[in-house]
Amino acid sequence: MTHLDVRDLACSYGSEKILKGVTLSAEKGEVVSLIGPSGSGKSTLLRALVGLTLPSAGEVRVAGKAVDYSSRKSVRELRSQLAIVFQQYNLFQNMTVMRNVTIAPITIKKRPKAEVEALAAELLARVGMEAKHDAYPEELSGGQQQRVAIARALALQPEILLLDEVTSALDPERVNEVLDTIRRLTDEGITMLLVSHEMSFVREVSTRVVMMDDGKVVETGTPSQIFDSPTHERTRDFVGMILKH
Amino acid sequence: MFERLLFEAPDFFTYYNVIFLLEAAARTLGMTLIGCTVGFIAGLLIAVLRQSVNPWTLPLRVIAIAYVETFRRIPFLVIIFIVLYAIQPLMENASLLTIATIAICLVSTAFLSEIVRAGLESVPKQQIEGARTLNFGAARTLWYVVLPQAWRVILPPAIAFAVMFIKDTSLASHIGVVELTFSGKMFVNRGFSPLLGFGAVLVLYFLLSYPLSRLGTYLEKRLDPSRRS
Repeated sequence: MTHLDVRDLACSYGSEKILKGVTLSAEKGEVVSLIGPSGSGKSTLLRALVGLTLPSAGEVRVAGKAVDYSSRKSVRELRSQLAIVFQQYNLFQNMTVMRNVTIAPITIKKRPKAEVEALAAELLARVGMEAKHDAYPEELSGGQQQRVAIARALALQPEILLLDEVTSALDPERVNEVLDTIRRLTDEGITMLLVSHEMSFVREVSTRVVMMDDGKVVETGTPSQIFDSPTHERTRDFVGMILKH
Repeated sequence: MFERLLFEAPDFFTYYNVIFLLEAAARTLGMTLIGCTVGFIAGLLIAVLRQSVNPWTLPLRVIAIAYVETFRRIPFLVIIFIVLYAIQPLMENASLLTIATIAICLVSTAFLSEIVRAGLESVPKQQIEGARTLNFGAARTLWYVVLPQAWRVILPPAIAFAVMFIKDTSLASHIGVVELTFSGKMFVNRGFSPLLGFGAVLVLYFLLSYPLSRLGTYLEKRLDPSRRS
């Protein structure tokens, strides 16, 4: 069964249409990358999927079940299966690294503290942050904060992980440490939908690439289809321009 | 002049007068504490209410905004008189102290709600979105994420307000509440030198407000950078 199924999703900010009917899907364990120029609606799509921006039309199904974004219960259920990592990390500034990772499983999911802390320690070790349990976000570099944010998302044991330009706010030398972390996750069977401008990374990890422009999907294909033999002119221009740099 | 003060001092600092002054100071402090506590709690509720986007709370939000915007613009003394004349027909036995305290709570709620609101709004939107996507409800987002971060923005102006408010309670003397300022007037009326009567009042005001300022400084230092959760 298709794990994440998005059909004709539309979104507006005021009178401006950001998404004009987006259709895409991801099978279980797939890594689907969204590429496209700024303003093409990639981030808005992820925000809409997680319920931060209300869609104006269309349908989203998770494991076959339709999500009703106007229902609190439905959105809560959705968010228990789907986690998002933001470009700006959004770690809670008033909490330590450990607390950031454990607070949702402990206070929202009501799981035993000791169990969650053991899981968090394991996850923090996996993203290379085991030495920073008691640090506050402001004491960490952007790359470190982003790795903690990934651990925080994983602590919810999501089935689907959304990654919204997670390396765009980082210094160039910090990009790789975060990409390495994500690369390791792709082997674990979590369905991933990621927005990225790191084309070589996208090419390497994705099972499928979705090219977006002006709020619509232009083209979908395997990485080699999109990067080596794109069929649409818009994709060709974009990929050609990006790869030249 | 000092000779006169020294001459009057033994008559002034009698047991009865000192108790009288301390009771007046207690009324000033009590009105301030009740005003700031009630004002902070009610102000927090109003600030949180005003952040709501639920259409069902719209009428309440309109009332809250009208209340805050009105009561911040009327002179405190006018509010005291309004409360005095509005309450007397309703509660004939209401003491002047009760009336003044009600007026104080009305004013402090309006001002403190604005201070709290500014604090809540200082927390970046991304923090709230992060909490929402982790399935925090509105109350948990407020308690675990927003308030701990808003606290250090709220605290300095809230303490400054309380310090200022200790002085403003002197306006209650206009309707005859025997607080510090009124007690000073009474000593002068009884024939003591104004310097002595109001000098004693000055010292007591200072003793009330200085520790509060120090507490504010201490809390600010402890909260900056925010290390509480």
